[in-house]
Amino acid sequence: MIVLEEVDYVYPNGFQALRGVSLTIREGAFLAIMGRSGAGKTTLIKHLNGLLKPSRGRVTVDGVDTRKATVAQLSRKVGIVFQNPDHQLFAETVEEEIAFPLKNFGFTPSEMRERIDWVLKLFNLERYRHHSPLSLSGGEKKRVAMASIVAWKPKYLVLDEPTLGQDRENKLKLRKLFQEFRRENRTVVMVTHDVEFAAECGFDVALLADGKILASGSAREVLSKPKLLEEASLTAPQLVELFLKLGSPKPVFTVEEAERLILNLAGRG
Amino acid sequence: MAVIKARNLTYKYPHAEAPAIRNVNLTVEEGEFILLSGPSGCGKTTLCRCFNGLIPHFYGGELEGEIWVAGLNVRETTPAELASHVGLIFQNPENQLFSLSVERDVAFGLENLGLPPEEIRRRVDWALNLVGISDLRDRAPWELSGGQQQKVAIACVLAMQPSILVFDEPTSFLDPKTAKEIFNVISELRRRLNLTILVVEHRLEALIPHATRLILMDRGEIVLDGEPRRVLLEAAEKLNFKVNIPSIVLLHRRLSGLGLLSGEPPLTVGEMAAQLGGVIKH
Repeated sequence: MIVLEEVDYVYPNGFQALRGVSLTIREGAFLAIMGRSGAGKTTLIKHLNGLLKPSRGRVTVDGVDTRKATVAQLSRKVGIVFQNPDHQLFAETVEEEIAFPLKNFGFTPSEMRERIDWVLKLFNLERYRHHSPLSLSGGEKKRVAMASIVAWKPKYLVLDEPTLGQDRENKLKLRKLFQEFRRENRTVVMVTHDVEFAAECGFDVALLADGKILASGSAREVLSKPKLLEEASLTAPQLVELFLKLGSPKPVFTVEEAERLILNLAGRG
Repeated sequence: MAVIKARNLTYKYPHAEAPAIRNVNLTVEEGEFILLSGPSGCGKTTLCRCFNGLIPHFYGGELEGEIWVAGLNVRETTPAELASHVGLIFQNPENQLFSLSVERDVAFGLENLGLPPEEIRRRVDWALNLVGISDLRDRAPWELSGGQQQKVAIACVLAMQPSILVFDEPTSFLDPKTAKEIFNVISELRRRLNLTILVVEHRLEALIPHATRLILMDRGEIVLDGEPRRVLLEAAEKLNFKVNIPSIVLLHRRLSGLGLLSGEPPLTVGEMAAQLGGVIKH
């Protein structure tokens, strides 16, 4: 369990990015942190592995105060993939990039091979195994960065904007990965602007605005409230907006659901 | 007048086994607003790099076929010269920013053009104001959030006042509401200044109401190209799995299949609601 208690964070230049944030992330939780640019989302996740320590308040990871542990210690449990893959990638080939943390964490050669093959397939990267990560497109680099963390299956997986630059197929694959992590009772925290994706994947949502938590709850609950979304600078998914315009507001996130509801409204259900 | 013309354009990066784009034929007329999409790795970014000469001048590799931009043969024109005609905004704003203040970053390209200080000041103010970041002018780009940084990068390019703007997933780092504002600004610019706009984007729904043309690529080739409604409809049949078709278009298609709707596929939620208005009993 990761617990944030009344966390404030003030950057060295005096900018206060978090204001009294309290949040409990239980084991097996799926939590999406959403909100406008500059709301404090990335600052928040940097507290989860001790990269940033709270200016006031406390963060504990499985009972350990992040002030009393090193980032290296915390990183065994908390794997973070940051928004910009260029900050993370350094190896000569995609395969080495993924192998590096596995080697560090003491995986055997045969386990390593297995994990590498698994994530290359999962992230649609098989044809780039021996390519330099830097030669890839933005979306592909992002997948390499994710693959290298997902490969060692951290207890807490933290992803900053995982759907950035990803097409439909890769988003579906990510969704499948989440299902696997759910079966294994792992925890996934993601920062995202992708309202539909968060809802589809069944995440809970914490809405952040100006460094404070504005609302939290299930995605269906939070993301179907247009006023709340407006406050957090998110746009309602098209289908939610559609039913609002039809004078029959509903938390609708899939085309199948929408079809059923329309057929009912049209008296053909 | 055609501002971009590509003929049988094929390009292979150095050491690559296969071409990144293949046999691309494309004519872009002045004032068009083109939305370019397709699966990850389909060649969208590579094509954009041909427009301002990064390909072949910076990346090397093998370029076959012909490409003209603003009447200039890209092969024979330096990226520096192309930069005053084509502005490129990339996925990652950090690669574009390097000064100690936002203002300095926006002024940098203008100083290189040798413009008088007054004109530079006027254009910097204008560009900062357009993207809504006048209050950030004295801040250091590296202390800004990803979204704010991308706005700075957009201001830098806008300040150069090029006639063609190419955006490569410009709103990846922006929240959807801010993204919408940016697209509204760009669309307004096109209308007022007759700019030609080409935007690479995965999230079609935010941009499609602005676009005059939708181009979809797959495996290095242009597979669909034309009027947005028609292309969306065809894409829903052929490429649904690979492209994020807006959910109202998919819903429209299903309801049409059931004989409930007969109109054209909607580009906005408002259009969809209007079509459904006649079907739903109140």
